[in-house]
Amino acid sequence: MSSTPLPPGLQIEKVDERIMTLNVGPQHPGSGHMRIIVKIDGDYIVSADPDPGYVHRGEEKMAEYRNYVLNIPHLERPVIHDSCNVLYPYCLGVEELLGLEVPERAKYLRVIASELNRCVYIQYWLAIYGIFLGHSTMFMWPAGDRELYIDMLEKMTGARVTHSFFIPGGIRNDVPANFEDMLLKRVNYFEKRIKEYAAIFYDNPILISRTRDAGKLSREDAIRLGTTGSTLRASGVNFDLRVKEPYDAYGELDINVPTLKEGDAYARSKIPWLDMLESCNIIRQAVQKMPKSGSVRVKLKPNPKGGNDEVYKRVESGRGSLGCYVVSRNAPEPYRVKLSVGSFRNLICMPYLLKGEKLGNMPAVYWSLNYWPVEADR
Amino acid sequence: MSSSETTPVQQSAPPAPQSSAPPAPSESKQPPVKEIPPFEKSIADKIESQFGSKVKIDFVKPLRIRIKTSKEDVLQVAKFVRDEMHYDHAESVTGVDFPTEKEIEVVYHLGSYTDPQLANQVLALATRAPREENPNPGFDSTRLPSLRDIFYSVEFHERECFEMLGVYFDGHPDNRRLLLPEDWADLPPLRKDFRNKGR
Repeated sequence: MSSTPLPPGLQIEKVDERIMTLNVGPQHPGSGHMRIIVKIDGDYIVSADPDPGYVHRGEEKMAEYRNYVLNIPHLERPVIHDSCNVLYPYCLGVEELLGLEVPERAKYLRVIASELNRCVYIQYWLAIYGIFLGHSTMFMWPAGDRELYIDMLEKMTGARVTHSFFIPGGIRNDVPANFEDMLLKRVNYFEKRIKEYAAIFYDNPILISRTRDAGKLSREDAIRLGTTGSTLRASGVNFDLRVKEPYDAYGELDINVPTLKEGDAYARSKIPWLDMLESCNIIRQAVQKMPKSGSVRVKLKPNPKGGNDEVYKRVESGRGSLGCYVVSRNAPEPYRVKLSVGSFRNLICMPYLLKGEKLGNMPAVYWSLNYWPVEADR
Repeated sequence: MSSSETTPVQQSAPPAPQSSAPPAPSESKQPPVKEIPPFEKSIADKIESQFGSKVKIDFVKPLRIRIKTSKEDVLQVAKFVRDEMHYDHAESVTGVDFPTEKEIEVVYHLGSYTDPQLANQVLALATRAPREENPNPGFDSTRLPSLRDIFYSVEFHERECFEMLGVYFDGHPDNRRLLLPEDWADLPPLRKDFRNKGR
């Protein structure tokens, strides 16, 4: 081996006789758009090294070239199934930079849109989790029930998944007439429907035997590793920004944050489902308390300039706390936009949870992290 | 008569600008300037009394505090903030490039899960590294001490910061690339002199 030092970023790997290195992904359907370099001894995982970046699109760099309004459509692309929540902290931040006050009705409509979006995202995630555990019904049911809320969002925003609905200063357009009745009807049906998932999936002894005690994350580790969202709440930490740091209309709603203590893959997979039930309650409350008329956005000046300031806003997305850091330097374009996303923050516990697991149980642990590769890469 | 004539003018003068559009933003901008929230102020005071001139308090806003320190003191400040102030995890690590000042700023946004009082607070801890015109990431003077031993959660964030801005973190156990290809040979892409093609 040559003695010249390797540039940082490159490494030489020694090959062991007993340990086998396995690349799971990036084309493997069980990994999503990422690679996990797994070292296995027989059937057991010795170490796991996540290697994201296959769908890195440079959203943060792109944001430096576009003005505050032009940034809206592309910043929601990291998670198109949760596009309202991804855009939410950016809009809150820009509102603070530009000194905009959001109308009351828009605040409630934002809450409704982001809760609908949370359910749409969780249903998609649940469908994937189901199919990778070999439970085809759990793929079909959420993928079908998701359409209920997608239709609602289509009526609200005009687009099925990429809504671009939130703008600094409110929402793009008001909802159609008769929207509340249609929504409540669907929320009630949706709630009845997802309660049926318990019998087929969450109380299923096969699922429980696979995921109970798999990939255990203790409360201390969850805090130390800075995890967020369902991963954190499954480990017994009651932390949800909708309650802890209420934004927009969340402060006026009564929210019960689901928390479990076990910290295993089963608890992590159950929290999002409990979240969906809670979302139905939030939507019903928001519809009840929402002003029945009024403007939904304030008029923006063309090409607005932010001051010499910076702002860090965060919201609770489907995958946990989602922060947006916007630095402004007296220009129509932001100087720097940083998205601190839940998937990226939960990535760090992957090596810890997979160590010692059986290779066959990797999807059960990996997908229970509520990880979305495209969001982590941005 | 003269007093009765002047008073209506004085009374009518203030409402006229209030009814027009501009005062609405100015009203919303005023409160953060004049009243500093007491709880956030107490946190900032505690840090200031411990470190004095080593730490500069950039701003104290509702729920947000930003402090700035030199790269020599950042470890000490981070340790104090973790042990005495109960901030227990890093939410994000952001590198911001300032070519005109020949510096790269790294901002750690710290939060707390264990202290319920701090649940909605975010402390931004900023520090700066020198910036070189022709970067050679890992081998030039753009270096900072890693906070990974203090806040374990910065591990992947610092890896991202290294590849995106070329800030090498001394003491980080794993300074490999994360999102970029391993053989990326261009400038660190989030520096301002890296231009997107076609832009």
